[in-house]
Amino acid sequence: MKGTNLGEFEELVLLTIAALVQEAYSVAICDELEKHTGRVSKLGVVHTVLNRLEEKGLVKSRMGEATSARGGKRKRYYEVTQTGKIGLMRAKEVRDGLWNIIPTFNIEIA
Amino acid sequence: MKTNSKKESQENSHPPRWAQRFLAWYCRASLLEDLEGDLNEYFDRNLRMKGARYARMIYMIDVLKFFRSYTVRKPDFLNLQIHYLMIGSYVRTSRRSLVRNKLFSFINIIGLAVSMSVGLLVIAFLADVHAYDDFQEKKDRIYRVITHQQGGTGAGMDLASTSVKVGRKLRETIPGVEDLTIIRGGFSGDAQIGESTFPLEAKWADQSFFKVFTFPLVAGDPASALKEPYSLVLTQETAKKLFADADPMGQTVRFDTLDYMVTGIAKDVPHLSHLRFDALISFASADATNGKTDQYFYNWDSVWSNYVYLTLPEGESPAGVQRALDRLSAEENKTLRDQRVNVSLQPLKDVTLGNHMSNNIGPATSPLTVWTLVGLASVIILSACFNYTNLSIARSLRRSREVGMRKVMGAQKSHVLGQFMAESVIVALLALLISFVLYYLFLRKEFLTLGPDISELVTLDLSVRSVLCFVIFAVVTGLAAGFLPAMFLSKISAVTVMKDTSGLKIFKRVGLRKTLIVVQYTLSLIFIATTMIGYGQYKGFLNFDLGFTTENVLNIKLQGNDAAVLKKELAELPEVREISQSMMITSVGSAYGALMKYQPGDSAMVWQNMIDEHYLPVHKHNLLSGANFTLRPEKGKESEVIVNQQVLKRFNIAGQDAQKALGHFVTIDGQKLAIVGVLKDFHYGTVENKIEPVIFRYAGSQPRGYLNLKIASQDQDATLAKIENVWKKFDKIHPLDARFYDNQIEGAYSQFSIMLKMIGFVAVLAICIASLGLLGMVVFTIETRLNEISIRKVLGASETELVYLLCRGFLLLLAIAAVIALPLTYLFFDKIILTRFAYHQPIDLSDLLGGSVLVMLLAFLMIGSQTMKAARNNPAKVLKSN
Repeated sequence: MKGTNLGEFEELVLLTIAALVQEAYSVAICDELEKHTGRVSKLGVVHTVLNRLEEKGLVKSRMGEATSARGGKRKRYYEVTQTGKIGLMRAKEVRDGLWNIIPTFNIEIA
Repeated sequence: MKTNSKKESQENSHPPRWAQRFLAWYCRASLLEDLEGDLNEYFDRNLRMKGARYARMIYMIDVLKFFRSYTVRKPDFLNLQIHYLMIGSYVRTSRRSLVRNKLFSFINIIGLAVSMSVGLLVIAFLADVHAYDDFQEKKDRIYRVITHQQGGTGAGMDLASTSVKVGRKLRETIPGVEDLTIIRGGFSGDAQIGESTFPLEAKWADQSFFKVFTFPLVAGDPASALKEPYSLVLTQETAKKLFADADPMGQTVRFDTLDYMVTGIAKDVPHLSHLRFDALISFASADATNGKTDQYFYNWDSVWSNYVYLTLPEGESPAGVQRALDRLSAEENKTLRDQRVNVSLQPLKDVTLGNHMSNNIGPATSPLTVWTLVGLASVIILSACFNYTNLSIARSLRRSREVGMRKVMGAQKSHVLGQFMAESVIVALLALLISFVLYYLFLRKEFLTLGPDISELVTLDLSVRSVLCFVIFAVVTGLAAGFLPAMFLSKISAVTVMKDTSGLKIFKRVGLRKTLIVVQYTLSLIFIATTMIGYGQYKGFLNFDLGFTTENVLNIKLQGNDAAVLKKELAELPEVREISQSMMITSVGSAYGALMKYQPGDSAMVWQNMIDEHYLPVHKHNLLSGANFTLRPEKGKESEVIVNQQVLKRFNIAGQDAQKALGHFVTIDGQKLAIVGVLKDFHYGTVENKIEPVIFRYAGSQPRGYLNLKIASQDQDATLAKIENVWKKFDKIHPLDARFYDNQIEGAYSQFSIMLKMIGFVAVLAICIASLGLLGMVVFTIETRLNEISIRKVLGASETELVYLLCRGFLLLLAIAAVIALPLTYLFFDKIILTRFAYHQPIDLSDLLGGSVLVMLLAFLMIGSQTMKAARNNPAKVLKSN
């Protein structure tokens, strides 16, 4: 069942799509990821991941309206599917479960 | 400046177009649009923040980076399958269309067939040339040692031959050579077997010969057959000639006074071998004969008759041996005076198709010749393709409905494209059948009989490879011819055609069609003008005033016989007026040099001929001063020389005064000779070369030379027959070798006549093809304008006016072609070709124009007859039937 498991980056992208709601298209996702993680996200990497997520059925996409920006090319908007949402919830549950059994967790401030 | 930079920035503020096109080409349609948009967005962002150059670079990198398995389009199998299913339909419609338009099909198929037959010839020629020496098992590892010889300050000579010494040195002192064999050419003698005698030519070769080369022996041991002195290896054919059906092994063959033993029988040499022999004699025999008597035999600069071939171990580069050869050359050249001899390695595959080399051991051709042939064939084929393109586009109006219908039924652009490409390939394959017949029955034989050099070089036999090449060639020709019309037809939109054909932008292509006609006629005119000028010049060469007379002079090769007896018998024939002797025949391209010295320290090469006292009168040479040879010295005791004006000029003898020069002494090849006569300059070489210093020396008897007979009779054949009778009684072994001087001169220029015949043939083809194409276009134009013509006629236009109206456009095209072609040809000859000939006639304008007028007349005739026919039509009939 390896195929249904979420990788770390996949999870991040999926979360970003959910967070962006109506505005989730590739460039915006890259920007948002960069803003939150502080790491540079390459379009090529994100594009591959989006493609894979769609193959797994975790997201679905639709084409937007054509505008004068982007050389008149339409954007592809992504949306998290039901399966995607379940996948995200499960990932969160796994983490929460683990967090809950940690007794104390001190970050020492040096 | 400002506008300039603005324009530049505009160009730069756009993503690189090739990258955009590449992306659109490879990317799947479902992913393409938003990916393009994303890249555009990043591009704009980078443009604003980091500048145009950076943005463009990132765009390019991204496009390349997105070339991944999930973005790349899969091949469209459905489409391919449809093409496959439709092939039957393509063939059917093609056949119908061919049958429906007989004239156009005829023009297309015949034009293509004629031009392709030339293409087949060139392909067969190339296949043969490239197949040379393929049977050699070690062909990738065999190298030949070649020589660059330079005496004095000249450009030097590239020789295929080299010295015995370099072979020995290579074998003894240079590591990295696997096997090496030394070959020497030029053995010729009469083989005596019992009572019978056969003339035989052979090569000397040493015992490693069969290690380097793959020439299988049917009898004898390849390792030792050429080891002992006086061993002889015969080919099967030679053995049959010499011994008939007896077993030749171990038999003796006598040459002169020496007995040779047959130690091996080799299979006959394949035709496509640059190295050919009838018999091989062990090199040890040469060591024992020539090597003993000839001081020069083992010298470093004795580079004229020996050939060295070697094999390197597998995977070895020749660079190491080459370096060793360079060192060897440098070392040996120190011992030479006034000349340098450098040796280098040449791979076996460059031997036949390499740059020109003197002293070649077998047939060879140069890349230039090959490219010329390919060029000529391409021009012709292109011309026929133009016809196809032209006529198909012109006629596309007729087939636009069909295309429209197909599109309505669901054909895509690629399907229509495929259909028309398939059609042109079918036409090309039909043409291939005809062209093959033309080629095999006619062209091949004509080409092989053009000259002895050609049949020596190639056989043009069919092989699987060449036939395969023929088919591929036909398919490629079909694709090339059909591409433009297929593109044009596949772009037709169904809606426009079905609604109204007049909306079709067929006449937008008129410019292209006119250009193609102009190109065709320009090429045709260039070829015909080249042929005519070339022929004029060639005639000029043959009738050139050489400074002496060659008329009615018959040259007989003595072939080793003593002249005295023969001379006496021939002199009794009433037709023979006078007989002289000479070592060689001048003005036909061969040359013999001698070293001449006048003042101490100033020596130079002069050309020489050895003659007897009758030579000057027979050839009517012009003596400016002095007289003919008077003394008749024995061999080696000569004291006189006759020189030409150039000798006086070169050595500045007696202030170049012919009278005063008499009696001056010059040293020639170490002998001191007195000038007894000065000749007016004449042509010793061919007219390509300037007249150079020439001397005549006396020699009473020259068994290797010629007899020059002055013939009085007009009946050349009868005289020749009588002479042959005399010869047969005199020499029973060798057939008579007698040729008229004028024919020999013609032979010296045979390469030009071959060239002319080929270009002339190409010219005729080009004209025929261009005329066919023009005819097609005229017929088509008239057909489409028939209504217009009829209405004009009804309204009162005269026939002349109509003919003029229809002709005008075509005549203009022909005029443009002539204006381009004629000056171009003139300049080409004047500035390039004729500068290579030291002596030539000026270009005759009538030659330049004559052919063109002929071509033009042909075109007028065609246009005229068709337009006349159209203009004479009864307008009522035409208008009613529509």
